[in-house]
Amino acid sequence: MLSSRNKIGLVFFPAFDWAIDATHPEREERLLYTQDQVFEEGLLDIEGIVEFKPDIATVRDIQRVHFCVPDELGVTTQSHLISAGGAKKIGSEVCERNIARGFALVRPPGHHAMRVVHGARGFCNVNIEAIMIEYLRHAYGVDRVAIVDTDCHHGDGTQDIYWHDPDTLFISVHQDGRTLYPGTGFTSEYGGPNAAGTTINLPLPPRTSEEGFLYVLENAILPILDEFKPELIINSAGQDNHYSDPITDMNFSAHGYAELTSRLKPHIAVLEGGYSIESALPYMNVGIILALAGLDYSQIGEPDYNPEQLRQGPEITRRIEKVVEESLSIWKQGPQIRQNNRHQGKFFSRERHIFYDTDRIIETQRESVRACPDCGGLLVIDSRADRGSRILAVHIPRKACAKCREAGYQTFDSTGMEGFDRIFIQDRTTDEYFFRK
Amino acid sequence: MIIGLDVGGTHTDGVLIGDGAILAQVKVATDTGNLFDCVWACLDKLTANVEPGAISRAVLSTTLTTNAIAEGKLEKIGVVVSAGPGIDPANFQIGSHYYCVSGSIDHRGREVQPLRAGEIEEIADIFLAQNIRRAAVISKFSVRNPKHELEMARILSRACDIVVAGHSLSATLNFPRRIVTAWLNAAVHPIHKLFFEAVKQSLKSKGFEIPIYVLKADGGTMSFEASINAPEQTIFSGPAASVLGALPFASRQGDTLVLDVGGTTTDIAVFAHGTPLLEPLGGEVSGRKTLIRALKTSSIALGGDSCVEVVDGDLRIGPCRFGSALAYGGSHPTPTDALFVLGKAHSGDVDAARRGLGLVSDRLETGLEETARLVLALSCRKILRAAREMIEEINGKPVYTVKELLGGYKVNPTEILVLGGPAPYLAPLIEEASGIATCAVPQWHVTNAIGAAMAKNTSEVTLFADTERGLALAPEEEFSRPIAKDFDRKAALRLACELLHAKCLKAGASSECENDLEVVEDSQFNMVRDFCTVGRNIRVRVQTRPGLIEECRYLSQSFFNCCVLPECI
Repeated sequence: MLSSRNKIGLVFFPAFDWAIDATHPEREERLLYTQDQVFEEGLLDIEGIVEFKPDIATVRDIQRVHFCVPDELGVTTQSHLISAGGAKKIGSEVCERNIARGFALVRPPGHHAMRVVHGARGFCNVNIEAIMIEYLRHAYGVDRVAIVDTDCHHGDGTQDIYWHDPDTLFISVHQDGRTLYPGTGFTSEYGGPNAAGTTINLPLPPRTSEEGFLYVLENAILPILDEFKPELIINSAGQDNHYSDPITDMNFSAHGYAELTSRLKPHIAVLEGGYSIESALPYMNVGIILALAGLDYSQIGEPDYNPEQLRQGPEITRRIEKVVEESLSIWKQGPQIRQNNRHQGKFFSRERHIFYDTDRIIETQRESVRACPDCGGLLVIDSRADRGSRILAVHIPRKACAKCREAGYQTFDSTGMEGFDRIFIQDRTTDEYFFRK
Repeated sequence: MIIGLDVGGTHTDGVLIGDGAILAQVKVATDTGNLFDCVWACLDKLTANVEPGAISRAVLSTTLTTNAIAEGKLEKIGVVVSAGPGIDPANFQIGSHYYCVSGSIDHRGREVQPLRAGEIEEIADIFLAQNIRRAAVISKFSVRNPKHELEMARILSRACDIVVAGHSLSATLNFPRRIVTAWLNAAVHPIHKLFFEAVKQSLKSKGFEIPIYVLKADGGTMSFEASINAPEQTIFSGPAASVLGALPFASRQGDTLVLDVGGTTTDIAVFAHGTPLLEPLGGEVSGRKTLIRALKTSSIALGGDSCVEVVDGDLRIGPCRFGSALAYGGSHPTPTDALFVLGKAHSGDVDAARRGLGLVSDRLETGLEETARLVLALSCRKILRAAREMIEEINGKPVYTVKELLGGYKVNPTEILVLGGPAPYLAPLIEEASGIATCAVPQWHVTNAIGAAMAKNTSEVTLFADTERGLALAPEEEFSRPIAKDFDRKAALRLACELLHAKCLKAGASSECENDLEVVEDSQFNMVRDFCTVGRNIRVRVQTRPGLIEECRYLSQSFFNCCVLPECI
């Protein structure tokens, strides 16, 4: 009988009764064939593979991460709470050491959800990885975390949430933003002033194949992880780099995903996108589960898999090598950039427009962070959605210094309501969340 | 009148039921070397002085197949599997005549790679040369498209008398379990057939031409004729017999915990609103997971004969057992001896029990009777803990829809039924420890035989329809039919119910079987490609649940009336 080398946990929650709408890629059918394949292969009978029922994330869990406008239940459905709860369950089981690794095979996804949430973007409402991570930090005292986002789309939501956090390394490998939603994720995006270098973007050219992904893994991701020394490695395991995916243009494969998982060795994998629901997902998910379990995945493959046909051209290889070179140089410069910024003691600001493609909202944001020598820095966001809501959000980071914390409360208390629908404060030092309206 | 007969590991019990009462009951020691004589002795005693025409049916539950597997007394079986991409099928090898061949079918049931007939022909030659006369053929996703299994069976039929195809045994998706199940079917086929033909023949020669039913592991019966091709269903029917025997006494409203306290182990089962719960996929046979429908039971190594000892000053009971209780000539003190010490049991060597438990009480520095009470209380606590774990596991079973996750049914027992030898003595103690109303099942000595006698048929039909492929398929029934684009869930349910009705009647159910059809799965997915709906993917499963035949449903009251419960502790 087969038994797994690593004890692993699975939360499988296909939400067979939930869809964005009837023909949307994020619909009831999405994980149907994955379920069939996982069941038929008998994966859940393998000794050492345990299936858990998802937890249901609470409003408190969301409040550790997001500022939801008007509130948490206004921008989520039960399905989002279960999806985030599925990730949370796997994270808890890993932290309790009941399992060595785990995979939350859940939907809907979350990696496009940013800190401020006015609605859904990129099929995402709340960020399920961030909700899990902040819960694990709160409940188990986890500190340093690395997120490796292998979804084909840039994980701009996760990047936004951890932009100013030097204790969270966010690495995203994705199809070049000039050719795909959300149009971001360039090497020049490397984190806020207090966290420069802990965001690493690896935009890959269209038609990158197995060879390219594994090159990036070996030459950028793994060496950087080695130096960062995270307590937990989380993989945002989107599956839309697949050669058969209908909404992207890459040439990755089930075998490649299994190989990547086996080398990356994430503690927790969380499903993100992936919309080739019949030709790719069933095989990729089986491959990922076997790889996490330390079992042989060499015979996993799509019926039409032909590695020769998928091979990338030399021009693509050269471009990938260049991306890796750039990101390594950013990673090396990070500490110096942080050092320079932090002693300036001033507020750094940026202004942005954020497009919510799913809910068709345009948000205008002015974000200010206090450059701080002692912590991640106080963060203040003035956000207005074109549908009318304007809010002010004050985020006091988890390890905030007394000065940043004090300044945060002062901003919250002294700002008048004129022009704002709500003013929020998220104090991660005490795990508190309030708002005025 | 109805005959119920249960061959257990140590005893064979038989009852004759009629007019709402137990008319006769027999208990003989089981001779595993000669089960037929043992069964026949029982039947002979039960039918003495009975008019042949007065008996309407006989239901048998035997350890025949279970023993054959445990003792490895099985014929050699050739196994041929076609897996395609996925986990290496060599991992699922069973027996020493196991062959993996080409061919692959995908999750929708489409052929990806054809079989190579030449490979199967070669295997047929090997089977001929090695005199392998029985085979099992299994292909991945055969329940979505049995083509490859049927083709393999056709080629191998020139070498083998019997070729079992995996899809005909269960429509559940699980390739490794399908392999084990098909192998078991082929392996126990001949002994099962031989045995029951002999029983039928012997009864016939005595003038009893009565329908014979065989008990299955899911607590349902099937006709002898139907059992010939499904002998694997009879493996481990023993626990089902006892559990069914408790059913008349269970409430139809709340949930019931059933505890069957034996010598070595206590078996635990659960009724939800009067219906026994089943294993989600199938039972386990000799450590191998199967697709054989089985009652959900959990077993704890603690029974009346478990060894009682003191370890580091703490009282410990089980999991070891060294023969019977001291009161019955055993070598170690047991919970049964505690009953003797407390004067609850008499027909044995009370002094031996007192002496043995006396040593335990010395080491605990407690009085003898107090020690006996401690032993029984600890036994109850351990059994209840195991029961709670089982209920947690049942309630923790993952579900895949938002609706079920938020509003799914949770088992919460409101009563406990105890059976087995010490049942009447343990019931009040269990009630005290659990705070849940507890009672001993009347006729607890022959509950198993009563359970077998009263069990009704259970059947199940799974229908899979794919309107893009234009096909409806019920693999176990060898049923497939082209369907139109507008075929939907309702039509699928209607069709499945028709198939189930026919199946029930064929397996010997009464014509009222449609009254308790139950829909287990009922889902329909729109298949969307390039933002257009191209078809529907429909999965429907209907079943008849385990329960009691019509004429026995109201027997419980008369059983209570004719049975005097012993005085409780």
